[in-house]
Amino acid sequence: MNGTQSDFLTLLAGIGGLLVVATLIGYVLKRKLAADGPNDTVENLNARILAWWGMTGFLAVAFLAGRLGVILLFAFASFAALREFVTLVHRRAADHWAIAAAFFIVLPMQYWLIWYEWHGLWAIFIPVYAFLLLPAVTVLQGDTRDFLVRISEMQWALMICVYCASHVPALLFLDIPGFEGRNVLLIAFLIVVVQLSDVLQYTTGKLLGRNKIAPSLSPSKTWEGFVGGITLATLIGTGLWWITPFTPLQAAALSLAITLAGFVGGLVMSAIKRDRGVKDWGHMIAGHGGFIDRLDSVVFSAPLFFHLTRYFWSAT
Amino acid sequence: MREFFVWLTGNIITTFARFITAVRAIWDGVEPVAKQRVYFANHSSNGDFILIWTVLPPRLRAATRPVAGGDYWLATPLKKFIGQDVFNAVLIDRNPETRTEDPMKQIISALDTGASLILFPEGTRNTSDTPLLPFKSGIYNISKARSDVDLVPVWIENLNHVMPKGKVIPVPLLCTVTFGTPLERIEGESRESFLTRAEETLLALQPKGPDINRQAA
Repeated sequence: MNGTQSDFLTLLAGIGGLLVVATLIGYVLKRKLAADGPNDTVENLNARILAWWGMTGFLAVAFLAGRLGVILLFAFASFAALREFVTLVHRRAADHWAIAAAFFIVLPMQYWLIWYEWHGLWAIFIPVYAFLLLPAVTVLQGDTRDFLVRISEMQWALMICVYCASHVPALLFLDIPGFEGRNVLLIAFLIVVVQLSDVLQYTTGKLLGRNKIAPSLSPSKTWEGFVGGITLATLIGTGLWWITPFTPLQAAALSLAITLAGFVGGLVMSAIKRDRGVKDWGHMIAGHGGFIDRLDSVVFSAPLFFHLTRYFWSAT
Repeated sequence: MREFFVWLTGNIITTFARFITAVRAIWDGVEPVAKQRVYFANHSSNGDFILIWTVLPPRLRAATRPVAGGDYWLATPLKKFIGQDVFNAVLIDRNPETRTEDPMKQIISALDTGASLILFPEGTRNTSDTPLLPFKSGIYNISKARSDVDLVPVWIENLNHVMPKGKVIPVPLLCTVTFGTPLERIEGESRESFLTRAEETLLALQPKGPDINRQAA
C-alpha cells in the first residue's frame, strides 16, 4: 500500500467514525422525540446523514477505481444535477435540440476534455463554445418568445451543473511537484471541508442560531451558524494539511476561501429555488432533496479551489 | 430463453426510463398493494404507460396490463415483442371499421382474469394546450360492468416535455407519477356527470405550485 492509499484510508476511517457517531445521535434523537410525533429537524438531520453515507461510499469506490472512476462519477453527478436544473428553467418546444445537445454532447465533451488533459480547451469550452453553439441551435427553430431568458437560463444550467462541477475531477490533473500521484486527496480535502462546513453551519445554527442572515431566502441560515460553522470547518481543514501539498497555514487560508464560497453557493442556489417556488431541487436521494441540494456548496467552491491551487502550487 | 429476454427487455426499459426522468411515484390516497385496479391516467406522450409501469412495484407490475392501440404496437416485430410479451398489453383496434373484436369485451375479459389495467380515457395523445381532453365513455362502461374494481386516477407530470411529439431523442427532465384516491361510485349516476367527475378527480392530482412551463408544451 502506498502513502496516498493509506492517507486516503485514514481519512475514510475518520469520516466513517464521524458518520457512525452522527447516525447514533440521529437514532437517539429520533427515539427520544418519537413520543411527540415525527420531528422535522430530526428527520432532516437523519436524511442528511444518510445522504453523506451514500456520498462517502460512492466517493470511496470511485477513488479506488482511479481517475476514470472519479471522472465518471462526476460526469454522472453533472448529468443528475443538470436534469434537476433544466426541469426548472424556462423551456419551449423549440429548445428541445439545444437541451439534448447540452446533455448528450456538451456534458460528455467537457469530461472527455478533462480526461484528455486538454486544459486550454476544457477551461473555455462551455463559457465560449457552448455559449455560442446552443443559442445558434435554438435560434434556427425560429421561436423568439422569451428567447433571451431561455438561452440565458440554459447557459447558467451548464455553467453550474457541468462547468463548475467538472473542476472537481480536474484537480486530478494538476501537476504539483512533490505531490505526484496524490491528487485524489485534493478532492477529498475539498469535499470534506466544504461538506463539513455545511453540516457545522446547520448544526451550530440549530443549537445557537438567533439572528437570520437572509430571512427571505433561507430560515436555517443564521449569523451564529455561519461564524461557528465556517470557523470549525476551517479548523478541521487546517488539521487536514497532512493530506495536502499545503502547510497548515495555507490549508487554513484555502479552507476559509472554499467554505466562504460554499456558503455563497448555498445562498445563490436557495434564491433560485425560491424564485421557482420549490423547496428542493429534486428527489434523487429518496425524499431527501436532489443532487444540487447536496452539492451546491461544492460546485461553487470547486473552481476557486482549483485555480488557487493551480496558480500557487502547480508546475504548469 | 424467451422469458429471459422478456425480463431483460423489461429491465432495460425501466432503467432507461429512470435514467431519463428519475421518475418518482407519489402515492397520495392509495397504497401500492396487490388489489385489482384500473389505473386511469392523462395521456400526453408515448411513454406514459412505461412510466406508470416503471414506478409500480415489480409484483404489481406483473399483474398490470396497459390497454394500448394495436395499430401502433403490432406495426413491427420489435414493437410486437415489447407490446405483447414485455408489457403484456391488451391490444385493441381503435378503428371501428377494421376491428374484429369489441374493445370493451377485450377489456372486461382481461379484468375477469384478475389483471389490473392501465387506461388512458382521453382515447388519444393530448397535444393541445389544455391539460386534459374530454374523456371517452370507455371508463364509464367499465365502471358499470365491473363495479367492484377500484378506479385509480394517475397524473403523469412532465413526460410530454421529455419527448414532445415528433422528436426522436428524449431530453432528461424529472417526472412524477401521482396515484390518487380511487374514484367514488355513485349509484345511478349519469354518464356525463361520471365522466366530468373522473376528469376533475384526475386534474386535482396535478402538482400544485407555479410551473412556468406547464402550458408551454
